[in-house]
Amino acid sequence: MFYREAGDYKTSYAADSQTFPIKFDRYRYYFVLLFAFAAVPLLINDYWVNAIFLPFLIYSIAAIGLNILVGYCGQVSLGTGGFMAVGAYACYKLMTSFPEVNILFHVLLAGGVTACVGVLFGLPSLRIKGFYLAVATLAAQFFLVWLFNRVPWFYNYSASGQINAPERTIFGQAVTGAQTQAWATYLFCLVILAFCAVIARNLTRGSIGRKWMAIRDMDIAAEIIGVDPLKAKLSAFAVSSFFIGIAGALFFAVYLGAVEVGEAFSIQKSFLVLFMIIIGGLGSIFGSFAGAAFLVLLPVLLKNLLVGVLGWPTDLAAHFEFLIIGALIITFLIAEPHGLAQLWRVAKEKLRLWPFPH
Amino acid sequence: MSDNIIFGIEVLMNGLMAGVLYALVALGFVLIYKASGIFNYAQGVMALFSALTLVGIMQGQVPFAHLINAALGTDLHHFGWHVPAVLAILLTMAIMVLLAFCVQKFVFRHLVNQEPIILFMATIGLAYFLEGFGDLMWGSEIKKMSVGLPQGGSFWIEENTQWMGLGNENFFGFFLDKLDLVATVIAIVLVVVLVLFSQYTKQGRAMRAVADDHQAALSVGISLNFIWVMVWSVAGFVALVAGIVWGTKSGVQFSLSLIALKALPVLMLGGFTSIPGAIVGGLIIGVGEKLFEFSIGPMVGGATENWFAYVLALLFLVFRPQGLFGEKIIERV
Repeated sequence: MFYREAGDYKTSYAADSQTFPIKFDRYRYYFVLLFAFAAVPLLINDYWVNAIFLPFLIYSIAAIGLNILVGYCGQVSLGTGGFMAVGAYACYKLMTSFPEVNILFHVLLAGGVTACVGVLFGLPSLRIKGFYLAVATLAAQFFLVWLFNRVPWFYNYSASGQINAPERTIFGQAVTGAQTQAWATYLFCLVILAFCAVIARNLTRGSIGRKWMAIRDMDIAAEIIGVDPLKAKLSAFAVSSFFIGIAGALFFAVYLGAVEVGEAFSIQKSFLVLFMIIIGGLGSIFGSFAGAAFLVLLPVLLKNLLVGVLGWPTDLAAHFEFLIIGALIITFLIAEPHGLAQLWRVAKEKLRLWPFPH
Repeated sequence: MSDNIIFGIEVLMNGLMAGVLYALVALGFVLIYKASGIFNYAQGVMALFSALTLVGIMQGQVPFAHLINAALGTDLHHFGWHVPAVLAILLTMAIMVLLAFCVQKFVFRHLVNQEPIILFMATIGLAYFLEGFGDLMWGSEIKKMSVGLPQGGSFWIEENTQWMGLGNENFFGFFLDKLDLVATVIAIVLVVVLVLFSQYTKQGRAMRAVADDHQAALSVGISLNFIWVMVWSVAGFVALVAGIVWGTKSGVQFSLSLIALKALPVLMLGGFTSIPGAIVGGLIIGVGEKLFEFSIGPMVGGATENWFAYVLALLFLVFRPQGLFGEKIIERV
């Protein structure tokens, strides 16, 4: 009743195969876009941006990237943290080497560099799969973090071994460095996220996305119907790493501003993003958003509740966070392997029929 | 003999010792993998949890003291007694069995017939849960483990190997930690016990039968549930042993759970299904990373131990995906 496709007539193939074929969905999507671009920047302040919005936007990009690899192509990767570090350091080197070029290009180029590295570490996927591949990607994680820690060229021989984002502007507004406005950083990340999400959505519902899904569902059968596993897998690695690299670049340049690689891009980060897509929903773009929102909000809420309201010490709240995340992962895998995205689908189905049972 | 060669030999021996410790963790993985096809990422956290529990029991800590204090405003911390090591180990073992039971009942019973990768992710969730639970129960500060294992350099070995320097004045015998020697003995005993258990006891045979073929095992009347609880208990026992050794060596702390990650390349090398493979893989990784760090490390900036094992495993996988001793079950893609 609230959600229905009745009376929604299409007169062309283009209208039928668009991203949101149902009118209600389309208007909801426009409304969300309008709200995110026009209303949120007016309402937010530094706390909201730094605690919730920036992490949410950036992790969403990373989650979309990982979801393409794990959810759509079925290649499990535990190297997300390492690939994010590649994006961050590529962005840093580009920012410091070519200061006159716009930061937007640096971020996109950082994604490109990460894509190349991703393809390199994706090569073993041609011979191994499942958790063998997961362990192989661990090699990427540890090797890359070590590389950025130990080779001084990457951090421009700075004494602390940290990298610091210099101030860069877009249309005269600073988006990196110390003098940023909350709304400017927010909008910058939002534009990139929107760009990534549209690309990912269209890739995954196009021919290349179908190839990925064919490989995921059964690689041998996919090969027989003419999908080239080499191309499909490596393209999944490339696209996925591209997004993850962008996320890493934004995470460093816009969100943190200064990064110590072992701390910011550790193995914990890989797991965090993996958990986002498990909880959100494997093989769903909406799920990437939902999972990122969930795991960004959960610690903030827990902290506010336990520390703010109940007055417990912060370390206790942190332990609870671990406990709850672990329990949630298991619960989701048992009860709803397709995550929040599936719950959303079920809810839509229910709303369509309501108030009738069938 | 020149200094470098002698030093190299010492590095080699220390690498062997480190390898034994990796192998201890890897053993737990192999056991669970063989019997249930679950790749148990939580093995390292189980070692941490068991070590935390052991220390907590020995020192008479009140479980969940922080939580109770925060919720009720009390000031509990210790019961005020000290439990002898042997009793504490037995109690910890009982808790690990209980844990195995809970894991089976609440998690993996509901995930039967799922894809291996789903099970793997579930164990990552389990690892997070256990980590939070352990810290919540016993507190997260670094604890000292003292169950009476000897520590420090062994003078006996130093004195008795001095002749090997062949007149080199800078050589005072090899330096080996007593704890490493004890760990080696423990590992050997553990492997022998495990092999005897799986070859000569009824339960052990049932375990191997389950590992071979679930359905055939069911049809001859073996209870899968019981076997799986038992396997998780045995893995808990191995985790406890690893936890004691590692805890004595470097304190009971969070980083203990990361050694589990080191066990993964060990398994890649040795093969997921082979107990001797775990030992040999552990030794190769231990020696390899120490020698690499000793010979190549200074040239590329040091701390290569962080990634050497993984890259070695990665290269190895490309050429021999089933590992040195594993069964040929991997599908080539």
